[in-house]
Amino acid sequence: MAIKPEVKKEIAAICEEHSDEPSPLMLILEEIQKKFGYIPLEVQELISTETGVPVSEIYGVVTFYNFFSLDPKGKYVIGVCLGTACYVKGSQPIIEKFENILGIMPGQTTKDGLFTIEAIRCMGACALAPAVAVNGKVYPQMTVDRVSSVIDEYKKMEANA
Amino acid sequence: MDKITGKITSPEALQKDIDDCSSEFDSKVKGLGGKRAIMICGGTGCLANNSEEILEEFEKQIKEKGLTDKVSVNHVGCFGFCSQGPFIKIFPEDTLYHKVKVADVSHIIDDDIIGGKVCEDLLYVDPVTHEKVVRQDDINFYKKQMRISLHGCSLINPDFLEESLGYDGFKSLKKVLTAMKPQEVINEVTASGIRGRGGAGFPTGKKWQFAYNQVADQKYIVCNGDEGDPGAFMDRSILEGNPFEVIEGMMIAGYAFGASQGYFYVRAEYPVAVARLNRAIADMRAVGLLGDHILGTDFSFDVHMREGAGAFVCGEETALLNSIEGKRGMPRPRPPFPAIKGLWGKPTCVNNVETLAQIPYIIRVGAAEYAKVGTMGSKGTKVFALGGKINNVGLVEVPMGTTLRTLIFDIGGGIPNGKKFKAIQTGGPSGGCLTDEDLDTPIDYDTLIARGSMMGSGGAIVMDEDNCMVDVAHFYMDFICGESCGKCTPCRVGTKRLLEMLTSITEGRGTEQTLVDMKSLASTIKGGALCALGQTAANPILSTLTKFPDEYKAHVIDKKCPSHVCKRLMSFWIDPALCKKCSKCARNCPVQCISGVPGKTVYVIDQTKCIKCGTCLAGCPFHAISKI
Repeated sequence: MAIKPEVKKEIAAICEEHSDEPSPLMLILEEIQKKFGYIPLEVQELISTETGVPVSEIYGVVTFYNFFSLDPKGKYVIGVCLGTACYVKGSQPIIEKFENILGIMPGQTTKDGLFTIEAIRCMGACALAPAVAVNGKVYPQMTVDRVSSVIDEYKKMEANA
Repeated sequence: MDKITGKITSPEALQKDIDDCSSEFDSKVKGLGGKRAIMICGGTGCLANNSEEILEEFEKQIKEKGLTDKVSVNHVGCFGFCSQGPFIKIFPEDTLYHKVKVADVSHIIDDDIIGGKVCEDLLYVDPVTHEKVVRQDDINFYKKQMRISLHGCSLINPDFLEESLGYDGFKSLKKVLTAMKPQEVINEVTASGIRGRGGAGFPTGKKWQFAYNQVADQKYIVCNGDEGDPGAFMDRSILEGNPFEVIEGMMIAGYAFGASQGYFYVRAEYPVAVARLNRAIADMRAVGLLGDHILGTDFSFDVHMREGAGAFVCGEETALLNSIEGKRGMPRPRPPFPAIKGLWGKPTCVNNVETLAQIPYIIRVGAAEYAKVGTMGSKGTKVFALGGKINNVGLVEVPMGTTLRTLIFDIGGGIPNGKKFKAIQTGGPSGGCLTDEDLDTPIDYDTLIARGSMMGSGGAIVMDEDNCMVDVAHFYMDFICGESCGKCTPCRVGTKRLLEMLTSITEGRGTEQTLVDMKSLASTIKGGALCALGQTAANPILSTLTKFPDEYKAHVIDKKCPSHVCKRLMSFWIDPALCKKCSKCARNCPVQCISGVPGKTVYVIDQTKCIKCGTCLAGCPFHAISKI
């Protein structure tokens, strides 16, 4: 996969922006992840050229942290909280319902690129347990019954777009 | 409130700003000048329940109705009583409205703000006495609390330095910079008896003293806000509700042991906390409260922000330091301890958010006063995040030594739906379960360990009779197994094997020998793992094995899950006596395993095809379906 020249420029700019920091790798990776949604190998090679950090080290860091992804995520990332407070209130059947309807497992993306399911480890919204967040929008006190309506909400949004 | 624009370059200038902001804040909450103040919760929980839209609606209607001189609208940090949110408080009367919706705004404005009448329908109703409660302090949830870490949360607007200055902010910084030597600050903190709130409970003063004793050209103070324990959210709420308090604590620490650079390490899952901290740091830099020669003294200090990237092990201090250094977040062997050789090889203290939040209070009131609260070995207050099967989910700050009974039944309001209390898990994935027999133990660092659990960061998840303790142990082991960094073999391989054994038990393949093997492997991991994550990994298993041996036996001997949670050991059943032959269950079943004729025959589940999703049970209008 070839990287577009403008993206190359943008990545170089991100690396440059943090060059005064003593160990900028995490800052660079976080910014790229937030901006582009994933950090493929080609981009890691580019970061290596820009910063001088060996690509093996960058790959090691990218694969260590849950926040970084090697593959693009869906347009809508459905995070189902599996933190303890949500789990004891029944978030496991909720994530299974999402899996059943969308036909994917946590960490996977639907073929149309619309949905990714993620099992989140506590977003600190324990009073809203069981909680689900779609692209950061929190759905409090989720139930198995409401799962399909949440998916429909976004499908409808796509159809109207 | 008027914005402070000029630089604050001397203690006198700071004092003047403190005086001005205090009198302005005072007049706001006392309603001087005839202007009332509406406070709206802007914590993560209430934001998810539309508190932002409520705030905008208030602003809109107040403008439309020409009330801008009569009332102000402010967003504030977490009220703590998250299950009853969104909250709105009106000063000076101190009226508290709960579960407010956007549609209630005109009602509050017309009846209360204009009409001067309390909106009775929005008051909190005591679940026991059924009486309506007007003021926050009269609600049972708040009565036994004491707020030190949560000082100012739910009262000040966390986006404004002026609000912090108006409510005790930076008084302690001024005190240490003008009237105390660094060693005196450390002595004061040591005398207060405060222990690290992150979980291990190491005396904070001692940690600072180690770093103070080191001679180095650069030292660092790091604030650990990587609150990874699932179910704990006190650090998030403190950072969201009063970020200035934590920065002030960090600066006092920096002054005490000679650090000129501070680092915040906060979870990326907490975007609101990160944004408010960043804003607070920028505002403090703008007025010179961060930077060179603070208040004209020789003390220079700056703060940097680092976001975590989703690795539980980074809550371990040496792993956290590696992460800041841009490496894989794997723990380092200790010694050398960070206070000797930490960030980039320099002396570093890593303190938890809650610890740093208590420092300004200790300096303000003095060590002796602080030490009056708590138990022999654990001083001050601790914030707990009450969650799970409990009526009043939320953040609770209580003096050390409070009993679990007070926490769960008085403050927490007991268990919902008339269910029976089974256990409370403290200390997260490193902790253990406490049961009925522990309810009257005063809780502090030492008693919790003696009872087979630990304080941890303060997560407290309540479980009722419907929770299977083997499943809970399995949940924690699955978590730990996924979060093990892989550096040392006992943790990397050992947790995986433990998880396999637990899975075999929950699936009915376990034997009594499995229990023996688990115990033996658990003690091997405990002795051999490199860091606290591995050393404590087996705690949830050991504690549930000790406290609930019968549940394990039911799984391995009878092949039954008494709480009907473990899917392979339970099934759904339609009671022919209750079935009304309506066919709803058959229509809802995703795998078409329920058969019958509508109106003619009762419905029956084909157990060989059932995937145990529970859709039929949830949907049955006649409660004819149960778990057996």
